[in-house]
Amino acid sequence: MDLAQANHAPKPYLKGRSALDWLAALLLSAGGLFALAQYGQYMDDYEQAILLAAIPTFIALAWAWAGLRNLLAGVALLSLGGIELYHADLARAEQAFLLKYFLSSQTAIGWMCFLFFFATATYWLGLLARSDFAEKTGTVLTWAATVMGTTGLLVRWYESYLIGPDIGHIPISNLYEVFVLFSLITALLYLHYERHYATRRLGAFVLIVISAAVAFTLWYTFSRGAHEIQPLVPALQSYWMKIHVPANFIGYGAFALAAMIGVAWLLAERGILATRLPSLVMMEDVMYKAIAIGFAFFTIATILGALWAAEAWGTYWQWDPKETWALIVWLNYAAWLHLRLTKGLRGAVLAWWAVVGLLVTTFAFLGVNMFLSGLHSYGAL
Amino acid sequence: MNRTYSRQLYEMLSSMRFAVSLLTVLAIASIIGTVLKQNEPYNNYLNQFGQFWFPVFEAIGLYSVYHASWFLAILAFLVVSTSLCIIRQSPGMVREMKSFRTGAREASLRQFAHQHTTQTALTHTEAERVVTTYLAAQGYKSKSKAQADGLLIAAKAGSWNRMGYMLAHGAIVMICIGGLLDGDLPLKVEMLLGNKQVTSLDKPFAQIGPESRLGPDHWSYRGNVFLPEGKRGNIAVLNVKDGALLQELPFLITLKQFHIEHYSTGMPKRFASDIVITNPKTGAEIERTIEVNKPFEYMGVSLYQASFEDGGSKLKLKAHSLLPGSTKVFDAETEVGGSLQLKQGEEPLRVEVTGFRPFNVENMSQPTPTDSEKNTLAMLNRHLGSGAKSPDSKDLKNVGPSFSYKLRDAAGQAREYNNYMVPVTQEGRSFFMTGMRETQADGFRYLRLPADENDKLDTWFALRAILTTPKEHALIARRFAATAMSGEGVSDTMRARLADTAERTLHLYAERGFESLGKFINDTVPEAEREKAADVFVRVLQGSTWEAWQLLRERQKLKPLEMTTTRADFVRDTVNSISDSFHYGSPVYLELDQFEEIKASVIQATRSPGKNGVYLGCALLVAGVFFMLYVRERRLFVLLKDSGEVLLALSSNRKTLDTDGEFARHQETITTLLNHGPRTS
Repeated sequence: MDLAQANHAPKPYLKGRSALDWLAALLLSAGGLFALAQYGQYMDDYEQAILLAAIPTFIALAWAWAGLRNLLAGVALLSLGGIELYHADLARAEQAFLLKYFLSSQTAIGWMCFLFFFATATYWLGLLARSDFAEKTGTVLTWAATVMGTTGLLVRWYESYLIGPDIGHIPISNLYEVFVLFSLITALLYLHYERHYATRRLGAFVLIVISAAVAFTLWYTFSRGAHEIQPLVPALQSYWMKIHVPANFIGYGAFALAAMIGVAWLLAERGILATRLPSLVMMEDVMYKAIAIGFAFFTIATILGALWAAEAWGTYWQWDPKETWALIVWLNYAAWLHLRLTKGLRGAVLAWWAVVGLLVTTFAFLGVNMFLSGLHSYGAL
Repeated sequence: MNRTYSRQLYEMLSSMRFAVSLLTVLAIASIIGTVLKQNEPYNNYLNQFGQFWFPVFEAIGLYSVYHASWFLAILAFLVVSTSLCIIRQSPGMVREMKSFRTGAREASLRQFAHQHTTQTALTHTEAERVVTTYLAAQGYKSKSKAQADGLLIAAKAGSWNRMGYMLAHGAIVMICIGGLLDGDLPLKVEMLLGNKQVTSLDKPFAQIGPESRLGPDHWSYRGNVFLPEGKRGNIAVLNVKDGALLQELPFLITLKQFHIEHYSTGMPKRFASDIVITNPKTGAEIERTIEVNKPFEYMGVSLYQASFEDGGSKLKLKAHSLLPGSTKVFDAETEVGGSLQLKQGEEPLRVEVTGFRPFNVENMSQPTPTDSEKNTLAMLNRHLGSGAKSPDSKDLKNVGPSFSYKLRDAAGQAREYNNYMVPVTQEGRSFFMTGMRETQADGFRYLRLPADENDKLDTWFALRAILTTPKEHALIARRFAATAMSGEGVSDTMRARLADTAERTLHLYAERGFESLGKFINDTVPEAEREKAADVFVRVLQGSTWEAWQLLRERQKLKPLEMTTTRADFVRDTVNSISDSFHYGSPVYLELDQFEEIKASVIQATRSPGKNGVYLGCALLVAGVFFMLYVRERRLFVLLKDSGEVLLALSSNRKTLDTDGEFARHQETITTLLNHGPRTS
């Protein structure tokens, strides 16, 4: 065999997989097929196809990213454990110790909030004290928060069916639930970049925006009682919701992340924390990557929204305030990408732009619900 | 036009700067439309902006920004500009995609940001084989060309990046054109060419002439069909500016039944219309149920469950007179949307029935702040557990049917009322609730009329009548004094004085309730004793009301009642509510006696033939965005010079850290390969 081929051709995909990889593949396949055998009769063709396609997708993800593999394992263990402990009785949330203090949805999400705050503090300690140990702890805490938050959402999904079979629905239907989703997605995106760029120095900044979302979630829970599971109004009873909302929040999460990197860039450029933060070039690169993925998913989300609108409101576009602001956000980041890619612009302008972009995005996400009226009214404050 | 000018115009229109400027203007204009509520009735804008600004804003189309000519013009310019941009860039891009740039010179390669020089002992042929094999494994396509002093291997990967550009920008043009066709533009053209006039819908559809009608072949529209149960229709109403146009549909829709289902919380769960669609040409009938999120398309027209209304429910009412001393009751029949003429007192009044609800779910729990609120740990504890837990205790109850109406006087002034059919239990007592408001902007203020032991209002009306009849006051007062001072040690004079006080109290109360009494107290009693005096008056009133009740029973040959706490509550509530009823603003109370509900469904009919183009554009846009962002075009050049020197150079149109990393990798491997030569294993 030729040396060129022996050493430099891409490794065959299946070769050299670790035992854990194969175990993950086995468990994911077994889980997926068990679900299909057990509940396939309640699913339509699309749902069965989605379930089957999910098996290789999750295997690929688990193989590509060991952290995600561990997340899947942790979430599967905890959420299935939580569901099992319920014995199909909601009152058990108050009686069973593990449910009351760890696994019921409110408690699990409460743990997520605590862990994210703790992770933020730890990352900052690591950044300021130049402590690798603190930063590593920050990463572990962020992963733990993500496990608890995802478990919380999944158990919440189950709890909604315990309230009533007609009430059960995926927990991404109101502002409280999507704030949890936002925190989780932003954390996962961050953890991805942390691994990809092999630096933990940006955690301190990204976790600030997650902490802000968590603080809002807590305020929303304690002062508005927003955590209560509500049935879906007819307008939200649609399959589109299950894909439109997560796609949107990948966009929002990525834009938020990019804005925080923008803040770090601007500080480092002024010499603040400059010796502690990664290089300006690396931060620019992370910012570009985040905005690119955010833009791609935001494009998909907006299109999915249009498709849903066509089915629910009778037209794919009617200049509803939410639609219009989605367009403004889209144009904003399209301009950002044009400036960088076509004009080759770098530096302070793009960093500022990413920071201001978060304000525009926040207005599109929250401001429209608070100040403007329209059809897209779920999650009014 | 001069050739240079047209060239300049072409270049300006196709420049990115122009496109970005247009997008900025578009974004700003869009914001206006989100801040100012669009397509409201023009009267609202008149109130908001006043006489001066209203016509100015109307002229620049602020009430319907997205349909204004200038806004459509921006969109049109955007389409033109993007199209020209594609036309201008595409040929070059296609050339670029195909070309390997084998003509690249050493001097220009030396300008590249990523370059590296090394040596090799291999022959050109050997080196070429090694390098091209490696590059092919890395996903590069390559082409070699002999140059003056050596051999150039030109390789490229990721050419689809440029395809992404064309796809994404072409998609935007496609989406905009589709959107323009499905938007207001065809209607504007039709109104201009067909001389169409908007109508105010103040007469039946049949009387509206062809100048306000659009034929079934109209390109695109979005309008509402209002259908009561059992009725049929083929007209959709399009709201245009401050009026409407009638859109004829190519088929007839009959509403068989409208369904509305609720969750136990009273939140709506399902809206559905059972409809029959009749094709007028063939007579074929199709039965379907349309729901929210489940539309139905027929003959290019999509039908949606948009909303629902009352379709003219039939109501049987009992009108109770509230004139002083009157016990008159008369029956009336009407329907939602209908009206009644009433003659009470001097003024003629018109009752316009505006709505009917077969049930109302209300949260009946009283907010009871507990001590645990203050305790942080207890508060935290309340937020542990399942998401099903309600943060505050809720007591949801169906409080029965209600109907609303406007009462319009001769001057045209109207008050709005909302009356419940059955009594509502509050704090263990039963009340008939009737709400009143002066303007739409206010909330209803509720008058709570206590229900008697038969859950009726009869006792209340009888008591109100007798208490507002002055000639009965003396008798009631005497009986009150006799009961209140039944002891032996009380002189007749004292009793007479109390009766006198009671009679005067009743006279005052019969005028305007507590208001007249309060005025009397303010005028005659020193400030320090007012509270005490008010207390005495209230007790006198309650006592007198109890006596009046017993007097009424006596006249009906019924046994006198024992006083209980329930009855004391009833008396207190009666005294309060009769006083409040002086501010009710209506000489009658309308009681809902019986009803027959008739629902109506509002079905939205839309035609948007541009939709498929838009959807295709969307798919292309997504593909284009991914190609543009995730396919990096890279060109790697390996110049094998006859001297044994090797020049590596890489260029990419995406300058990211990934490119740096990739070049470092290729540089290392290629250098190794060229230095060690090919080995066969």
